[in-house]
Amino acid sequence: MATVDLKDVKKVYPSGVEAVKGVSIAIPDKELCVLVGPSGCGKSTLLRMIAGLETISAGTVAIDGKVVNAIGPTERDIAMVFQNYALYPHMKVYDNMAYGLRNRGTPKDEIDSRVRSTAKVLELSALLDRRPRELSGGQRQRVAMGRAIVRNPKVFLFDEPLSNLDAKLRGQMRVEIKNLQRTLGVTSVYVTHDQLEAMTLADILVVMNAGLVEQTGAPLDVYEKPASIFVASFIGAPPMNLLALTGSSSGPMLADGTAIGFAARETPAVTLGFRPEDADVTFNAEALPGALVLPATVEAVEPVGAESFLHCVAAGSRIIVRVSGRATAKPGDQLRVVAKAEKLHWFDQAGKRVD
Amino acid sequence: MIGQSPLRTFIAHAVLILGILIVGFPIYYTFVASTHTLQTILRPPLPLLPGGQLWNNYSEALFGGIGRIGGVSVGQLLLNTTIMALGVAVGKICISILSAYAIVFFRFPLRMTFFWLIFITLMLPVEVRILPTYKVMVDLGMIDTYAGLIIPLIASATATLLFRQFFMTIPGELVEAARVDGAGPWRFFIDILLPVSRTNIAALFVILFIYGWTQYLWPLLVTNSNDMNTIVIALRKMVSFADADTEWHLVMVTAMLAIVPPILVVVLMQRWFVRGLVESEK
Amino acid sequence: MAPQLAITLVFFYWPAGQALYQSMLRQDPFGLRTRFVWFANFRKVLADPAYLNSIQVTVVFSLATAIVAMVVALLLAVMAEKAVRGKGLYRTLLIWPYAVAPAIAGMLWLFLFNPSIGSLAYVLRSLGIAWDPLLNGTHAMILLVSAAAWKQISYNFLFFVAGLQAVPKTLIEAAAMDGAGETKRFWTIVFPLLAPTTFFLLVVNTVYALFDTFGIVHAVTGGGPGKATETLVYKVYNDGFVNLILGDSAAQSVILMAIVIALTAIQFRYVERKVHYG
Repeated sequence: MATVDLKDVKKVYPSGVEAVKGVSIAIPDKELCVLVGPSGCGKSTLLRMIAGLETISAGTVAIDGKVVNAIGPTERDIAMVFQNYALYPHMKVYDNMAYGLRNRGTPKDEIDSRVRSTAKVLELSALLDRRPRELSGGQRQRVAMGRAIVRNPKVFLFDEPLSNLDAKLRGQMRVEIKNLQRTLGVTSVYVTHDQLEAMTLADILVVMNAGLVEQTGAPLDVYEKPASIFVASFIGAPPMNLLALTGSSSGPMLADGTAIGFAARETPAVTLGFRPEDADVTFNAEALPGALVLPATVEAVEPVGAESFLHCVAAGSRIIVRVSGRATAKPGDQLRVVAKAEKLHWFDQAGKRVD
Repeated sequence: MIGQSPLRTFIAHAVLILGILIVGFPIYYTFVASTHTLQTILRPPLPLLPGGQLWNNYSEALFGGIGRIGGVSVGQLLLNTTIMALGVAVGKICISILSAYAIVFFRFPLRMTFFWLIFITLMLPVEVRILPTYKVMVDLGMIDTYAGLIIPLIASATATLLFRQFFMTIPGELVEAARVDGAGPWRFFIDILLPVSRTNIAALFVILFIYGWTQYLWPLLVTNSNDMNTIVIALRKMVSFADADTEWHLVMVTAMLAIVPPILVVVLMQRWFVRGLVESEK
Repeated sequence: MAPQLAITLVFFYWPAGQALYQSMLRQDPFGLRTRFVWFANFRKVLADPAYLNSIQVTVVFSLATAIVAMVVALLLAVMAEKAVRGKGLYRTLLIWPYAVAPAIAGMLWLFLFNPSIGSLAYVLRSLGIAWDPLLNGTHAMILLVSAAAWKQISYNFLFFVAGLQAVPKTLIEAAAMDGAGETKRFWTIVFPLLAPTTFFLLVVNTVYALFDTFGIVHAVTGGGPGKATETLVYKVYNDGFVNLILGDSAAQSVILMAIVIALTAIQFRYVERKVHYG
């Protein structure tokens, strides 16, 4: 139904604070784009500029090919799901959903049929006569969704819609939102600070930091090839293990002087990383060519059931290794952490990926 | 909950009942006095139980010729007072809710100047500017008019500040949701803000109604003619302690009529009143 | 917002400005000429023994009223917290005086205590007390304070109840486990936590006693006997309206404004302060 195109969008507040420093994103029709980043990275501001709730300091926002910088939220034909749902507390569920349609002069019987069919999809039919305060958190969340869906807008905007739900419900709603979005085929922009939510929901993942885009791409591409140290440590839980390198004539070494056994790429990398699941531990001392081998001491073992996390100290840094099932290592054990060379990530002085 | 001995509970109830006796006694005794003949009242002590003159006294005060004070019926006085109390309450709510709306939800030049202009009036109660305000009223020809009784009292900072405070607690997301839903400023005010504020409005209404009803200095100043008096002022005029002619039984009836309506308002709307009072002033 | 501004300007700023201006004018005895005298009126007023007396009267009256009203209200509120049953009923019965106009409150008390027909005055006399508020200044003051405090009990009661409810139950339970008895718990835990409420009420009650009690004074004693109950506000009214000494009255108004502004400033300090316990 619509594409969303951001071209070099900037937001400068009157106080001089630059919240968004030039962001360009192209979202194809029917796709769900997730903006993820730590708080204060500008993702919410960006979303609100797409919504028309914040003025755009520079650059353009286009919906369906038409630049909408100058028009208000009402005319942009968007719908938004807010973090705190922003349900009108004095209106019943039905009226909450109907309000936007009424303001647009939709005929009464059409409003009725649309509200009722949307309610059915979201399993809200029995709750139409309730007021928001009589609903559970999950139900409120659905109403907020319903209020957006019923309008049948060109674009859905989600501002951390699941952050007020408990973990279990969040998981359920995540799947539900994904399904709904796919069924309805409405282009969507979704803001969250939760990387798991971002990974699972996104067609296009946009990782933001300090007002800039760090990386854009399909979630698994971003996961497998993080473009920077920031993305590497933000996406994935537990985060990627990072080890500082010091260059020397004989090749790169770890900070404590351990030689890593093989040369890095041509470009001088200063940081080496590997994901917890890409490493293994061994008590044997045999040589393993073509792999990074780190002598390490186990500090703590966290069993989570299907897997266990070993917190170790190696070369003066803390690293985490994921082993499947029950871990045999105990705190205090000396062992070796092994990561295959092709699973290593290299980053340069500026924190950018080196391939 | 920490348990307490039955004795302490008993003491608590005893103290409360004693408190209620002290608090209620003057009102109760006024009622008792309003049901006795003048002769009984003039020979203290007055019995503790109501007498048999209830009907006589009240009908005399309400409809009888003697019950008129300065040629004005009690009905007229009650009407004046009601108009004033309602006028002050409604006027103040309307004016201050609009001002607060403008201050909180719009950005316009001199916004903060206006806010401070209103805010400072907190510090200028009628009592400290009696004469000049009176002079303004004379100049505007507002002596002995309902407008004169009401208008100068409806612009006070308190109500504006209360609404401002409340509006600032309304989440910004709600305002934005309404914008996305296509509601303009006026629609937002009518459809969302007013309904959301209705408990605050109810609470403020009670407080302001009482405020208007119990005004003393202001009606004393701006009403010269007896038929514009409020019942409180008229009551004061009926009483003359040096003079044995005071018709105490009728004074007491009038006093009852003057205190029962606001008490009813407070008691019946207690829920809103208490909440409004305690929450708003904090 | 325009209407409010208009009314504010016409009925607040203009008169306040006038008061300020007039406070620096003096009329000759025949009201024919006025002179600009700068602060002479203030000097005169502040040197006037009657005014100084009035200040003293006001301080005594305000403090007595505030203290009596607050002590009684706090006692009742604490008791109401303990009495689990009937709390709502007690509250309903205790809030009545709030709705009574101060002037009427004064008249009711005068009715009970006036020397000729007051039933309670009769009781006092039969107990051997030479009670006469119409002639004895101290008695008149006691009567005024009683009436004024009586009316204010409801208000204070509601605030103390709210304040008490805001004291976390876990704190009280912790104190109980620390071995503090009920009385000790009140004075060491509850009362200090009520301090913000108490302070707020102190300011509100003082303002009430300063201004809103005009009706009580006017209706009950008319400032008498002698000038034993002439409060500042009553004197402004009396000098301005009854005696028509405009300059003095205006100067007094300005002094009152200064007092209100000071009190309001204190109140706002408090608003910021109360966060500490939040």
